[in-house]
Amino acid sequence: MSVPGAWFLALGAVLFAVGALGLLVRRNVLVMFMCIELMLNAANLTLVTFARMLNDVGGQALVFFVLVVAAAEVVVGLGLVVAIFRRRRDATADDLHILKG
Amino acid sequence: MSALLPATPMLGATTVDTAVFLIGAVIILAGAFGVVLSRNPVHAALNLVATLFGVAVLFVEQGANFLAAVQVIVYAGAIVVLFLFVIMFLGVDRLENLADEPLPAQRPMAVVLAVLALGGLMALGVEAHWAVGAHSVAGPVQGASGGDVGALGKAVFTTYLFPFEITAALLLIAVVGAVVLARRPTGQSSPPPDGDQAAADDGPAGTLAAEEAAAAAAVEELPSEEVVR
Repeated sequence: MSVPGAWFLALGAVLFAVGALGLLVRRNVLVMFMCIELMLNAANLTLVTFARMLNDVGGQALVFFVLVVAAAEVVVGLGLVVAIFRRRRDATADDLHILKG
Repeated sequence: MSALLPATPMLGATTVDTAVFLIGAVIILAGAFGVVLSRNPVHAALNLVATLFGVAVLFVEQGANFLAAVQVIVYAGAIVVLFLFVIMFLGVDRLENLADEPLPAQRPMAVVLAVLALGGLMALGVEAHWAVGAHSVAGPVQGASGGDVGALGKAVFTTYLFPFEITAALLLIAVVGAVVLARRPTGQSSPPPDGDQAAADDGPAGTLAAEEAAAAAAVEELPSEEVVR
């Protein structure tokens, strides 16, 4: 008998909350991206837990697709960071108010 | 040995399972708080690796062996390396003063919102009993031929074939988008680096390598541009 799924779900919720806290608190764009990765991993942990609890491979397949989307998101996001950094020598979210109308 | 590791019914789980879960949880949470609280972005990236490994451990504990391997290879091996590339080539690996916060209400509001999110998730988990819903058409994990790898491969290439093909297009779009974003604007004197074309020619088969090449090409442009200026 393995650890109950509720423990994994609680851990996933805590990990998601920590990631959300970091996303709201930090101002370095790269660290904010890492916090988004934390939240995606919390969702993945929850999906794998549900896949085990329901004995259904659909949850694991969804984790597979989340991994792909996370990879694409990181590539485009870091490309944006590089493009912004080329114009302004800083990667702080507060300095990006130049988009303001 | 059985006296050292007795199968005590600790909430229905064996001692080894409980120990693996607790150690994995400690690694995950320590890494997560490390990401949030690190002053140095490089340290944040390394703490992110710890969290990803902890999640991979918990994947193994729940029988998702293939996803654990992919987690380590793709996340720790490709995505975090991409982060470190960008951090180091942009030269933003200097310490950040965390005490400097221009918006005074930002941090209390952030803590309140995070606690609200946590409480909402916990309440949903307690009240909603989501894990008793209908099953998907993808089939079971346990008892499938070939284990979790066989079950996942069968599901991805039969039930979820169309989304799987869409992800190939998505990765290609991401590679092209990264190359376009990283391109030097036309009209400047020096020619674009040849890494762009190599990354653009790569199909979905080698997408992760192509993504790394694209990001590397993106960051390699920076020093030469400083010379131009």
